[in-house]
Amino acid sequence: MSANTTTYSAGILEAFHYLLSNYPEVFAFGQGLWSPWYVGDTMKDLDVVYGKDRVMDSPVSELACTGAAVGASLFGYRPIVIHPRMDFMILATDQIVNQAAKWSHMFGGQVHPGVTIRAIVNRGGEQGAQHSQALHAWYAHIPGLRVVMPATAADARDLLVASVLCDDPVLYIDDRWLYSQQDEIGPVRELDLSQEGPQVLRQGSDVTLVGSSYSTLRCSRAAEELESHGISAEIVDLRVVNPLKHEQVAESVRKTGRLLAVDGGWQTCGLAGEVLAGCVERLSPKSFKSRPTRLTLPDAPAPTSKYLEIDYYGGVPGETDHLPVVEAVRRLVAAGD
Amino acid sequence: MTASVSNALGTLSDASSYTGPLDIADSSPALLHSQLRMMLLIRYCEEAIGTLVEQRLALCPCHLGIGQEAIAVGVAAALTSDDRVFGTHRSHTQFLAMGGSVRELMAEVLGKADGCSKGMGGSMHLYDPAHGFHGSVPIVGATVPLAVGAALAAQKDKRGACAAAFFGDGAAEEGVVHECLNLCAVYKLPLLFVCENNLFSSHLHIDLRQPSNSIARYADAHCVPNAVIDGNDVVNVNRVASEAVAAMRQGSGPFFLEAVTYRWRGHVGHREDTDVGVQRKDDLVKWKDRDPVGRLAAAMKSGGWLADEDYETMKSGVRTEVSDAVEYAMQAPYPAAEQLLGPVYSGWSAA
Repeated sequence: MSANTTTYSAGILEAFHYLLSNYPEVFAFGQGLWSPWYVGDTMKDLDVVYGKDRVMDSPVSELACTGAAVGASLFGYRPIVIHPRMDFMILATDQIVNQAAKWSHMFGGQVHPGVTIRAIVNRGGEQGAQHSQALHAWYAHIPGLRVVMPATAADARDLLVASVLCDDPVLYIDDRWLYSQQDEIGPVRELDLSQEGPQVLRQGSDVTLVGSSYSTLRCSRAAEELESHGISAEIVDLRVVNPLKHEQVAESVRKTGRLLAVDGGWQTCGLAGEVLAGCVERLSPKSFKSRPTRLTLPDAPAPTSKYLEIDYYGGVPGETDHLPVVEAVRRLVAAGD
Repeated sequence: MTASVSNALGTLSDASSYTGPLDIADSSPALLHSQLRMMLLIRYCEEAIGTLVEQRLALCPCHLGIGQEAIAVGVAAALTSDDRVFGTHRSHTQFLAMGGSVRELMAEVLGKADGCSKGMGGSMHLYDPAHGFHGSVPIVGATVPLAVGAALAAQKDKRGACAAAFFGDGAAEEGVVHECLNLCAVYKLPLLFVCENNLFSSHLHIDLRQPSNSIARYADAHCVPNAVIDGNDVVNVNRVASEAVAAMRQGSGPFFLEAVTYRWRGHVGHREDTDVGVQRKDDLVKWKDRDPVGRLAAAMKSGGWLADEDYETMKSGVRTEVSDAVEYAMQAPYPAAEQLLGPVYSGWSAA
């Protein structure tokens, strides 16, 4: 099969078709799976094609449903539990953090819950403080829990397949702001998730921009604009944020001498800070032409008013929210020269 | 205790009731012998672990199930190793009742590499899938949804297996247990809820925590059939569990068994009086008369199914088995340093 144009959301849907067709032990479980409202078109008609016993819409019980998916994974199944908004997944955190992530270690490596927890970041549109959160850094703090954040349509598909085929518990996070992004992608590849990590999405020589998920898209748009300012930006897309492999970022910064980490979460104890720390620890201070810096959400809950949202997210999504990245890079370059 | 509390358990919560020999008329002598021996094994193991705690040889938190042996033994006798049992912080009882190795239990409690969890879990994290025991953890109520998932997997497998979730009366105060009752009722999952109601959560009596002392009312609320029974009667526990499991294997959906009991030791550790502020000395003396082991032995003796001499032989055989296991565990090695980071993710195995 040759490459064809696919959107990010269609990539996710294709992954579900691939998994449900080829792996009878896969089933999906969560709220809203039979409804068009909750998961966009990423799971459209799966229940019709594969049956409602393999695509199970669930009662409003995030904790028990997540635990049931973890439990079923101990008996040969590869469940995918879906949280259409990540905010509600907080209710399931005991089963993710205390159970799934610990099970292998505390039983001496004898058992591995191969469960995939899919969380959707769904923000903007005046949805406010409890419908907008990107909590990946919280979960990436947990040893034993792999955390995956695809930025491209190919990764949206192939990393979902890899997550479900991985024997470890995986938190797969997709962002609805990416759903209409298009890529040329080839046939499904079965990747070994433990071997996956950051990738250079764009080569450059003046600055390294590090992002994941939607932040990577902001970086890509900024890189295009920076070109017109004569600045060549390299983009490293993290893809897997736990365990976080720092080497790829460090290697890029060794070349460019400048680092800007961009993240859609909060700053304090966040992913961007972790990227900076991992890089600073690996490089000599002489490697840096300017101080490594980060661009994150302000440390505040998401507002509701659309005018405050523009400030909160650094611009209008997809239109102007790459500009703070551009500005931050221009400051970095100016400071270093 | 407040006067407004409903004593829905009635005489089941009255320490002076149910103290006589068990009714064993319809039982098989071979089954009773094995159940008696298993209860003794559990009791002597727990006593030995209590001694290890007292000697500061076992350092992990150990929650002993002395006095509660009949529930694990009666339920386990209704299950097979293809079924899926999940436990709690107080699960030496269920681990052993399902057929777990005494040596592996002792080694685990001492944090040794030969333990059932390779020395990584200790008393509160037991694992023995070969015998159908799929894990215990101390987060209260946390294994109940895992057992729901095990039951869901069993339902999908269509091979007649079922799951059993053990938990205490305190877990009924966790929301997840109610979510699980609802899920099982809606999906008709083959899950046996086993509530070991020992009337205490840690130091706090149920009358100070709930408006009624019977947990089965929550099963009623979720349309899950249930029974409330004397948890110190291994014969009746086994009978009710066996009937429930047989029906579950035919697709009848979940069942909730509330077995009323009493723990003889404190919430954690070896002492009887360790729970600060708890005045239960008088009750404990009475509850010891409702001894699950003694009542079965008495019935078997009076029925002519157990000679005094044979009982003594059984007891000394069990004591030897336990002391040998402790000796073995004391000699066993600690986990290798590589085990600290190795098992965080899959793809690693002990050298």
